[in-house]
Amino acid sequence: MRHPGAHTAALAAVAAGALLTSAACGSGFDDSAGRSTGQSGGPAALRVLIGSSGDAETAAVRSAAGTWAKASGNTATITPAQDLTQQLGQAFAGSNPPDVFYVDASRFADYASVGALEPYGDRISGSGDFYPSLRTAFSRDGVFYCAPKDFSTLALIVDDDLWKKAGLTGADVPTTWERLTSVAKKIKAAGITPLVVGDTHERIGAFMVQAGGWITSDDGRRAIADSAENVTALRYVRGLLKDGLARFPKQLDAGWGGEAFGRGRAAMTVEGNWIRGAMKADHPDVAYTVHALPAGPRGEGTLSFTTCWGIAAKSRHKEQAISFVEAMTRADQQMAFARAFGVMPSRRSAKAVFTREFPDDTPFVNGADYAHGPVNAPRMDSVLADFDDGLQQLASIDPKTLLARLQKNTRDALGD
Amino acid sequence: MAGTAIRTGRRSRRRTSASRENVAGWLFVAPVVAILGLFLLLPILMALWVSLTDWNGQGSPFRTGVPFVGLDNYTGLFVRDDLSRRNFMISIRNTFSYVVIVVPAQTVLALGLALAVHRRTLRGRGFFRTAFYFPSVTSSVAISVLFLFIFSDSGAVTELLAIFGVEGPQWFSDSRGLLHLLLSALGLADVDAPPPVLTGGGAFGLSWWEWLSGPSVAMCTIIVLAVWTTSGTFMLMFLAALQDIPVALEEASMLDGASRRQRLWYVTLPMLKPTLFLVLTLGLIATWQVFDQVYVMSQGGPAKTTLTPAYLSYRTAFRDFDYGSGAAISFVLFLLIVLLAALQRWVMRDRDAVGDLRRPRPRRS
Repeated sequence: MRHPGAHTAALAAVAAGALLTSAACGSGFDDSAGRSTGQSGGPAALRVLIGSSGDAETAAVRSAAGTWAKASGNTATITPAQDLTQQLGQAFAGSNPPDVFYVDASRFADYASVGALEPYGDRISGSGDFYPSLRTAFSRDGVFYCAPKDFSTLALIVDDDLWKKAGLTGADVPTTWERLTSVAKKIKAAGITPLVVGDTHERIGAFMVQAGGWITSDDGRRAIADSAENVTALRYVRGLLKDGLARFPKQLDAGWGGEAFGRGRAAMTVEGNWIRGAMKADHPDVAYTVHALPAGPRGEGTLSFTTCWGIAAKSRHKEQAISFVEAMTRADQQMAFARAFGVMPSRRSAKAVFTREFPDDTPFVNGADYAHGPVNAPRMDSVLADFDDGLQQLASIDPKTLLARLQKNTRDALGD
Repeated sequence: MAGTAIRTGRRSRRRTSASRENVAGWLFVAPVVAILGLFLLLPILMALWVSLTDWNGQGSPFRTGVPFVGLDNYTGLFVRDDLSRRNFMISIRNTFSYVVIVVPAQTVLALGLALAVHRRTLRGRGFFRTAFYFPSVTSSVAISVLFLFIFSDSGAVTELLAIFGVEGPQWFSDSRGLLHLLLSALGLADVDAPPPVLTGGGAFGLSWWEWLSGPSVAMCTIIVLAVWTTSGTFMLMFLAALQDIPVALEEASMLDGASRRQRLWYVTLPMLKPTLFLVLTLGLIATWQVFDQVYVMSQGGPAKTTLTPAYLSYRTAFRDFDYGSGAAISFVLFLLIVLLAALQRWVMRDRDAVGDLRRPRPRRS
């Protein structure tokens, strides 16, 4: 019979040994986290992590990167991410982030607030040429952090066949909320679902902008969610839903507005220019036109979605990375991307070329003038997810209750 | 003198051989202990440290300058009136109703299947055993995707219900709780206008009405999936235990004149008790940790009714960059599982004195 105490002691000793060995490995962690790292000269091997929309985008970025690499004498490895947010999170925690990566505007504040991003925005030549709303989306405390790679806006998409079936003409395309309601009533009378709109703040938020409201103040410091303007907007959308003039995609057995629209289940939808690719791939026979969103009580409004080329504060090849981004965001390069995978250039100087080549997309690109960017504040992801859960039940919840909850959660998140 | 020397020598030889055995033993298990320590114990301790800090995911959590916040992340889950507590409590509520349904259902189903395929009279036993076990060996992600199709609005289940004239719910977008619907159907409460008695008060930021929602319609699909996929594994455990019961025991009880039901209740089931304990414990642990089905099928929606602590922990850490709070959630979940397993062990402890009385008494003819 052996002594039980000896077991425990030996086990503890071995465990402690294991701990010590691994703690020794642990000292390899970079202790200079948060601080920026020194620049290394000479040719660099850039690592670029992109959240690609598909093979077309990956191929286009690879080809552009190849051209830059050949001209500058560096190399650039493009890796399309499976789950960009998670992969970046792990890379930052491991102190070994890629040099250049996509940063979605809705996540920008999360990264910028913890010092993960290099604020290089104004070192790009012609940085004033980017649309002001996109510069705002990637600025924090007045510093322009990263160059927007492209952008999208929401517009009203109209199904030509269903439009005719409801006895409507091109002149009937609604330009105001009142006309949207009256046109929707006519379409409903013809037995067609008038409008399908996504049940998230990324679609319904456009109505809030048209009413003059938004979730956070322009500097992203204060919560302004429970304003009278927002109540007006949600009451209007709620009215559409209650009268059967608008439906959420799920109610039409679709994953998103574009799917319901493409299947001919609704005459109108509110979506961005990405709908072009989806329609071409899945519903090539549906004829449709793009129009500006109807104006609300405070005029025209839409939402913009954008991504920037983030450069890691910890990158050791910042100069080369900036030169890479410079090449990627030149107007002619952005036009090449636009042709390859249907995005809109983020530079105002490219607008004329773009509208000449893609005249049907003019309403999308015009939206840049009155578009509102995503919520630019950190720690808002779960707050907005909670708001979306509320919006799903908009038909049965009082908008004031919903906005009061959003206001409280936003204040908690912002420390307002 | 010489005798003593020999005796001590022998004793010390015995001692050295024993300690040598000891050293050899430790050498043999050293690789496993090292691997477990390095990849299991150490990460757990590291996560414990992270749960005590306000680490934002930049660089190592072990450098100086990472703010230490003590138990703040833990108290935040229970005390502070904000969104993170609300989410955590909702996830506990959801998972509780999930566990309460899944664990008994999968145990009973597994036992039933095992008894069915154990019968010697059943033809094609091998086929049925394989068929019932099949869902368990298939990847849970693949099955989740399959269920997405089956329960979609134009899927098999909805179509099947339509044949019987029932208009099925929109499974994945229906956030109404089953208990709410039941109360509604009985006329005790109205889903759209809940009684103020229940909405007025509450605990941990949720009203009593919210606590009492039961699993949502969307959660039911995950419940069905879990029961279906896990019952095969547990059936196998029950089957192994059934085959271990000596035939003589069964024959003896037959000779004693016990009916089939009595044999099941007084002979088979008591013999299965250790396996039953195993199945319930494994079921309890696995169900509280449900993650992959939620990640694939619903991401916590609709209206957070499929949010579970494991998924919430992941989301809090990797989407909100609140690693401390995310780690704290997983440790609370760990404690909860340990407590429940201990409680279950206590409930199922051996009570032989009671068992004696319930043993069937042979009738004398």
